[in-house]
Amino acid sequence: MKAVSLQFLIVLMLAALLNMAAFAVEPDEVLDDPALEARAIEISRNLRCVVCQSQSIDDSNAPLAKDMRVIVRERLTAGDSDAEVYAFLVDRYGDYVLLKPPVQQNTVLLWAAPALVLLAACIGAAFFLMRMKRADEEAGDTAGDNAKPGL
Amino acid sequence: MSRLFLYLPLALFALLAAWFAVGLRHDPSRIPSVLIDKPLPEFSLPAIEGHDNALSSENIVGEVALVNVFASWCVPCAIEHPQLMKIAAEEDLLITGINWKERPGDGAAWLRRLGDPYNYIGDDADGRVAIDFGVTGAPETFVVGHDGRIRYKQVGPITEQIWTEDIKPVVDQLRKEAEK
Repeated sequence: MKAVSLQFLIVLMLAALLNMAAFAVEPDEVLDDPALEARAIEISRNLRCVVCQSQSIDDSNAPLAKDMRVIVRERLTAGDSDAEVYAFLVDRYGDYVLLKPPVQQNTVLLWAAPALVLLAACIGAAFFLMRMKRADEEAGDTAGDNAKPGL
Repeated sequence: MSRLFLYLPLALFALLAAWFAVGLRHDPSRIPSVLIDKPLPEFSLPAIEGHDNALSSENIVGEVALVNVFASWCVPCAIEHPQLMKIAAEEDLLITGINWKERPGDGAAWLRRLGDPYNYIGDDADGRVAIDFGVTGAPETFVVGHDGRIRYKQVGPITEQIWTEDIKPVVDQLRKEAEK
């Protein structure tokens, strides 16, 4: 009896874990066509919930996020391409609705920043190593000079 | 020369500190509207329960108007409401309402209790028109020029101060443009 209840507990805990991994998508939103639904989920993960701001609409339980998920699915069912679905929401909410900012004039610096920092670090490291080498050589020379009188 | 080099990290730090200090003054929750200076979205909404005047974009184009997104479930809307009543009483201005994601009857009951400042009210039960307006929460208010373009967006309740300092000047300016 005890063993059964333990098993039951484990199953319950696993079920709870599975639940945590579930998304905010409600059963009545899911599309019948699995391919379309997969695209809808992929798009929803890249769209910001404008109420909660740091969540995607796929993760958010906010009513507005639900409305947006429904719109994404409606547009896809109507035959829109992924780009058209994104454009539909960007027209209304701006680039802000995209969790990943597009590469364009006002975001070039943002996207280039990691490469620029790496470049700066490499230049700094090169300078440092060159100076170390020079210091080593000078130290080596003086060591040589000092060594002579001892011979 | 190499001495000056030593100050480079300090200079970089100062630059970044200044950058971040400016950044801290921006409110990250303020989302700029892409609809400013764009034409009003085309829409047509049914009237709410007990009201005759439904709301469509045709009611708004051609006039200087406020489009106010409200709901009875929205607490800041109740805070804003007296100011809207005041504007309706004092100004000769078209005030329209989008009753956002409301259960049937709730919006009408709310207006019966608090008063009705709106010339036209549309029932946006599924929130579709609100998304066309890029609404992120209620209340939000759009100021529309007589040419049908959105010229200003207020996020959050209109207070007396916001009305006199921010919105009324825009409305007055738009009225002047309309007279030309």
